[in-house]
Amino acid sequence: MIELEPRPVPSLQMSVLSPLVALVITVGLAGLLFAALGKDPARGLAVFLIEPFNGTRALTELALKATPLILISLGLSLCYRSNVWNIGAEGQYLLGAIAGGWLALFVTDEAIGIHRWAFFPLVTVAGALGGALWAGIVAFLRDRFHASEILVSLMLVYVANLLLSYLVFGPWKDPHGFNFPQTVNFAPQTELPRLLPGMRVHFGFLLALATAGAMWAFMFRMHRGIQLQVGGPAPAAARYAGFSSRSALWTTLLLSGGLAGVAGAFEVAGPMGQLTPYVASGYGFTAIIVAFVGRLHPLGCVLASVLLSMFLIGGELAQSRVGLPSALSGVFQGVLLFSLLACDTFILFRLRWRRSA
Amino acid sequence: MNEFASLLAATLNAGTPLAIAGLGLLINEKVGILNLGAEGTMLVAAFAGFAVAFHTGNDWAGFAAGAVAGGAVAACFGWLVIWLNTNQYATGLAVSLFGGGFSAFIGVDYVGKKLAERPNYSVPFLSDLPFVGPAFFRQHPLVYGAIGAALAIAWFLYRTRAGLVLRAIGEAPESAHALGYPVRRIRLLAVVVGGALCGVAGAYFSVAYAPLWVEGMVAGRGWIALALTVFATWRPARVLLGAYLFGGVTMVQLHLQGMGVDIANQLMSMLPYLSTVVVLVLISRNPAWIRLNMPASLGKPFFPSL
Repeated sequence: MIELEPRPVPSLQMSVLSPLVALVITVGLAGLLFAALGKDPARGLAVFLIEPFNGTRALTELALKATPLILISLGLSLCYRSNVWNIGAEGQYLLGAIAGGWLALFVTDEAIGIHRWAFFPLVTVAGALGGALWAGIVAFLRDRFHASEILVSLMLVYVANLLLSYLVFGPWKDPHGFNFPQTVNFAPQTELPRLLPGMRVHFGFLLALATAGAMWAFMFRMHRGIQLQVGGPAPAAARYAGFSSRSALWTTLLLSGGLAGVAGAFEVAGPMGQLTPYVASGYGFTAIIVAFVGRLHPLGCVLASVLLSMFLIGGELAQSRVGLPSALSGVFQGVLLFSLLACDTFILFRLRWRRSA
Repeated sequence: MNEFASLLAATLNAGTPLAIAGLGLLINEKVGILNLGAEGTMLVAAFAGFAVAFHTGNDWAGFAAGAVAGGAVAACFGWLVIWLNTNQYATGLAVSLFGGGFSAFIGVDYVGKKLAERPNYSVPFLSDLPFVGPAFFRQHPLVYGAIGAALAIAWFLYRTRAGLVLRAIGEAPESAHALGYPVRRIRLLAVVVGGALCGVAGAYFSVAYAPLWVEGMVAGRGWIALALTVFATWRPARVLLGAYLFGGVTMVQLHLQGMGVDIANQLMSMLPYLSTVVVLVLISRNPAWIRLNMPASLGKPFFPSL
């Protein structure tokens, strides 16, 4: 009979191997699913695993989609490390998008002649403030009234979604937009500077990578960052050491909300160029998977963002090339997280054969 | 007066799926398992219920399919958190994300399909009474089923030995294990039953309440049901009360919109979500009270030492 037995020390090897094993399981199941749907598995898998990397344009699109995922998952990793369960990053992302959109609309309406490079930091700050405000509500209600941050942050996702549709259906609607729920196209000076001519990927991608480096230094090289992480696995130890759990709550939520907000602002000032209900793309939820697949580690988050961005693009391609609904990528994301969590069991446990008595 | 009767009737109707799901989650939480996968479970069940009701033409087959689907999803969740000791928060989230994607994927061809003509239900004699009749006695049978389930669960938890064992496991799994109870098996059973109830609630949305299938149609009500268990301080009767309160908020908002109150409908639609937040804040204000009522092992892993 096979049994689980706790390991004396957690296995570092398994903790690195587990995402890879989970990926193999997911790819295997994906192949089976394609076969079951009567599609050629090799063709189906190529759409997911190879085409997103095929050529300069594909690679830049991959980086474009990875940008918000990196930013959001970095903040969430910090939250989850300190046992703060912010699962409403999607709402914080949307508020960042709304704040960034407001700034871009203002510049557009008033015809302010601002340089692209001057607008870039402004819209970043606006997004960060919007996201941090939304996460700040969660922190306040948790801190002052002990309301569960899981449920509050999630409820605020729905509120943010409705707020966005209120704005684009109502006061911010383009008067000449044939009644479509969208704002006017933003003025060209609000567009994020692009990395390569003709490609949609923008300097936000580099900023996301730099943020990953900064987050690594904060988590592992700074006293404050380490303080925040003690409270997660060992709240009692954190209390004895005099590390305030309240300040950990506020810091992690404001930081992660701010990062999610920046991601949202980049999305509207970058590839979208206007506010529409389609800003709500689920990046905030996908980033939760990214954070876990990336082992709550900044470097891992970057790698996992590329992986999940590949899944997202694969889903879009599956629709046009193989004729399967794009929701397929949601299925694969779920399967990936499931198999990852199951594999993670073997970080703390190992299998042992036991003769049944 | 008629207006008010129909508002009451609509409130009961809207509160019923919340009540059923809330009761299922209550059973989970009483044994110490926090299932954040409720939303995903309900979505998968809503689809399963709709598809079966569509093909068989029988609503009850749809509800049964919802229960089976919900139980199956919950069994996967339970196996992961109970036997493989995965993190309950993360695993529940995985269920919600997977359920959303999976139901959207398999449900694509069913969007826009219509069920056969909906039957009208009424309790003989009582439904003809003025006011009371249209308000309370022309409801879907599951509306009464939810009330019955709340009573049955309250009786089971607080008046039977099995219910006592269940609560003991939620309070102190180590002690229950030491007394020789199969803690993990009982937990799994409770999770599956809770998931089946969430499944019935999901199917209620797609078969009786809406009745149609759209991607993401549960619209956060799985999460509201989770908040209900906190609101109810883990008491079955209060889950029922809370569910009708939320049903009422949803309906008042729809009625106001119908009466042409000049507030944008997106802002009005925020009401159920905002009131969930307000209620959570009010109820959680006193941490000692929550700690007193919350099953002590809620969300914590249990690995039996041999």
